[in-house]
Amino acid sequence: MKKLRLKWLFTMALRDARASKTRLLLFMSSLVLGIAAVVAIQLFSTNLKANLRLQSKALMGADYIIDSYEIPTDRAQEIIDSLKPNASEVTFVSMAAFPENSGTKLVKVRGMEGDFPFYGSMDTQPVAAARNYQKEKSALVDATLMLQYNIKAGDSIKIGELTLPIAGALTNIPGATTVSTSVAPSVIIPKDLIEQTQLLQFGSRKEYQYFFKAADTLNLDRLEDELEPQLDLVDADLDTHTSTSRRLGRRYDNISKFLNLVAFIALILGCIGIVSSIQIYIKEKLASTAVLKCLGTSSLQSFLIYLIQVAAIGFMGGLLGTIIGVGLQSVIPYFLEDFLPFAVQISIDPISLIVGILLGILMSVLFAVLPLLSTWFVSPLRVLRVDDGNLAAPKTVQIAIYFVVVATLFLISYWLLENFIYALFFIGGTAVTFIVLAGVGLLLMRIIRKKFPRNWGYPIRQALMNLFRPNNQTLVLITSIGLGAFLVSTLFFTRDLLLQKTDVEQSASNPNLIILDVQTDQRAELKSIMKQNGIPVLDDIPIVTMRMSKINSRSVDEIERDTTREVRGWVLNHEFRTTYRSELTASENIVEGSWQPTSDASETIPISISENVAHDALLEIGDEVTFNVQGVMMPTQITSIRSVDWSQLQPNFNILFPAGVLENAPQFNVVTTAVADEAASARLQSVLVSRFPNLTIIDLRQAFILIKDILEKVSWVINFMALFSMLTGIIVLIGSVRTSKYQRIKESVLLRTIGARDRQILKISALEYVFLGLLGSLVGVLLAVVATLGLALFVFQEAFVPSWIPFLIIVPGITLIVVIIGLSNIREVLGSSPLEVLRKTN
Amino acid sequence: MSKVLKVSTVSKTYSSGSKELTVLDDISFNVEQGETFSIVGPSGSGKTTLLGICAGLDLPDSGTVTLCGKNLNELNQDESAALRNEQVGFIFQNFQLLPTLTALENVSVPLELQGDSKAASKSKTLLEKVGLGDRLNHYPSQLSGGEQQRVALARAFSNRPSILFADEPTGNLDEETGEKVIQLLFELNQQAGTTLVIITHDMELAERTQKILKLKGGRVQEIKETRVNNPAR
Repeated sequence: MKKLRLKWLFTMALRDARASKTRLLLFMSSLVLGIAAVVAIQLFSTNLKANLRLQSKALMGADYIIDSYEIPTDRAQEIIDSLKPNASEVTFVSMAAFPENSGTKLVKVRGMEGDFPFYGSMDTQPVAAARNYQKEKSALVDATLMLQYNIKAGDSIKIGELTLPIAGALTNIPGATTVSTSVAPSVIIPKDLIEQTQLLQFGSRKEYQYFFKAADTLNLDRLEDELEPQLDLVDADLDTHTSTSRRLGRRYDNISKFLNLVAFIALILGCIGIVSSIQIYIKEKLASTAVLKCLGTSSLQSFLIYLIQVAAIGFMGGLLGTIIGVGLQSVIPYFLEDFLPFAVQISIDPISLIVGILLGILMSVLFAVLPLLSTWFVSPLRVLRVDDGNLAAPKTVQIAIYFVVVATLFLISYWLLENFIYALFFIGGTAVTFIVLAGVGLLLMRIIRKKFPRNWGYPIRQALMNLFRPNNQTLVLITSIGLGAFLVSTLFFTRDLLLQKTDVEQSASNPNLIILDVQTDQRAELKSIMKQNGIPVLDDIPIVTMRMSKINSRSVDEIERDTTREVRGWVLNHEFRTTYRSELTASENIVEGSWQPTSDASETIPISISENVAHDALLEIGDEVTFNVQGVMMPTQITSIRSVDWSQLQPNFNILFPAGVLENAPQFNVVTTAVADEAASARLQSVLVSRFPNLTIIDLRQAFILIKDILEKVSWVINFMALFSMLTGIIVLIGSVRTSKYQRIKESVLLRTIGARDRQILKISALEYVFLGLLGSLVGVLLAVVATLGLALFVFQEAFVPSWIPFLIIVPGITLIVVIIGLSNIREVLGSSPLEVLRKTN
Repeated sequence: MSKVLKVSTVSKTYSSGSKELTVLDDISFNVEQGETFSIVGPSGSGKTTLLGICAGLDLPDSGTVTLCGKNLNELNQDESAALRNEQVGFIFQNFQLLPTLTALENVSVPLELQGDSKAASKSKTLLEKVGLGDRLNHYPSQLSGGEQQRVALARAFSNRPSILFADEPTGNLDEETGEKVIQLLFELNQQAGTTLVIITHDMELAERTQKILKLKGGRVQEIKETRVNNPAR
């Protein structure tokens, strides 16, 4: 076999590249942004994971925690004592008052004993407060809360019946996030003072936590495997720092995954750029390839010369993209810092860098290989003016390459999304879009050819003819414009959908103040106070507390004693706060069975349960559950299971009764309202708490503002990444339109030679690009509507009303860009003589 | 004298839609080592197809072609390419220089393919010989038609071929430049002792070779010997 002469192949690749610099640069730039986006997101995710791993102990403050929502049972206490806890706390939510300025606020009271945290730090102002508050019998109060209420160290705080001095401001404690502390800021007090608050009565919500410091040699996973089943039987739970950081990691993973997807879209767009630009680039190189073959170059050698060029461009694109990506990733944590319970320390992970470069080479080679194969199959006979026509690789080779391309794309999306089904849908959706677009392109050519409007004016006829004549760009441009418009619009619609899902725009109909524990005899007076203050009552929801007594004629005690049970422990002991009504709310959807709006106590009561209760209590439609409603046994039957959107900031319920049954049961109410500003909120809280000290008032305005701010930052990141896709799309467009520049110039010169005027040439080109741009982008946006509808129905389970923006901005925008880029191609022809142009371009 | 090209009963048919078009019909002839040989005929007589088959760029439907002792029917594409690289030179009507390579690089390609470490210096000498010593680093687009064809000449002789095929070598040149190129072609051919096969419809040029094969309608009309001994007279 003939020698390959690799060195010569590289030399030839370089020699040839010299003359095609601009086109190869364009080809490279379509890659750069996609790679930059992928590398930035990858590096950020890697850093996030590494930080979570490194800081997992500091995030929890302990090696592991055992917690229980009730005073630990004897058996639970036995297990806890045997493990010798190093610190413990009891927490509950309560209203706190500041006697110095008569302010009131819902706080999370943490009664702490021992030297928690063992890792990380509890930061206070003054620093010594963290050390001394237990000894001095004083409180540490969340720093933001102190600032808001204008409280200083030395002032006092009243929690229930206990008043104690404030030792200092709490600025940081392991495990707390900005969002969680915005609703109920932490107040830490010595545990032995908790009794004196007189707030820990039976039935109130509380949590007992025991913190453990373990030897480095202790296998925490094994400890968890051994203890978890035992603790579950006694309604306690064990969390290790590793499992907690894993759980936390999964939460941030979703953000990373979405951003990864956006980055991948930019990369795929870049790949479309590679295909369309390399196709025409190679077409122009075929004559030279035929000459080389005449001179004795083998098919493999001719193919390799251009493959080396493509791989080198991929390498450079990958390298440049990686450098840009490294710069970008340091920006992302800034926008997500409120989301993260710790500061992400940025380090450059060499694997992400290598992946960026390899991705550049892989994607460019993969997408270029099919057009490149024509250099393998071109016959040397071409040099003799004989066009043997057959340049395409054999069908089997083509199919194999398509398979490898799809498989690689699938693997990359699987790598980024870490979910088989999502990756499959993503690749499937993109493939279907591609096929539909190619179909539309082919159909367009066929229709124009068959129904050619012979009576129309010359420029429009010529423009239409350009769409189906040999060497036309119809298919390439419609698929690349369409796919670009599709991806960018899908991104736009999805972003809309996501933001709409978590839309916390404040309006009069959205509650921002929730008043809990309103007793029946307090309702009328409370409402009248609110009326006097000009504050509306938005919801008045009755709450009836109950526990499960029997499930399908087995008593809860019996089930609890059964060591082989699969029902989750919490369900058996939980005090359910249920409500009754005849309608479902917007955050509820029946997923199984049918909802019975009313009932009367004479029959078995039809109830609805949430999916998580059905799952944890192993309940199905038709199962019977008897509830103990404060001493009264109430037999019920499950007639429907609901999905509940817990992310909605409104009271949601696990168990829902129909109207007509619980109206006379002992109950209290939750009243919601919307207050205009902080002053109105403070005024109402102060009046209500002094009149009804038992009330708990949650002010969601702070959380609203914070969440809105976070969403704005997240949406900024999403927009920023989408911008990458759009910029890549434009580069791809420039690439695919520019690559046909010389062909266009020659045609225009020909027209010019036979007497066409500038205006006519301009009109022909403009019309052609208007047709291509309009059709490609319109089909792309329409496909995006279909795709987003699918996402809305099956993934987000949200109603989707497409915005008009893509139709009003993306379609005309893309068309305009296509026309501008297209016309820039022939500007050399306008105003100069045909001979001049030919001499310049030859 | 040995036969460097042996064509026996070669036929070639193309199908155009439902019609079959016989381009070459039962062609046989031989070309001796060192001989100058021309193939003439009107447009569409099959000259170019015959050249392609003789040079191993295409295969006949029937018949055999033996080039430099090798039956081309038995070689695959890459083996044919290797044979061309070692034994064959080409000159084309439209020069067929590689537009992205300089004159020197164009001439060097056949030598580089052979792994010749002195490719550049040998190519330089050849370009000086054709009078383009001052145009070494010019790209084809920076050269006139005559200059481009002279680069093509230098490239055709660079691998010291046994046989050189020239397809209408003056077809794209004016009369004066064409004559200069032909002079040079014959001179170089004589110096190198290369076999020369010229495809042309210019009878005057054909008369300057030792043998003329006349093609008409894809068949050999006549093979005649001229009185030429010194083609560069």
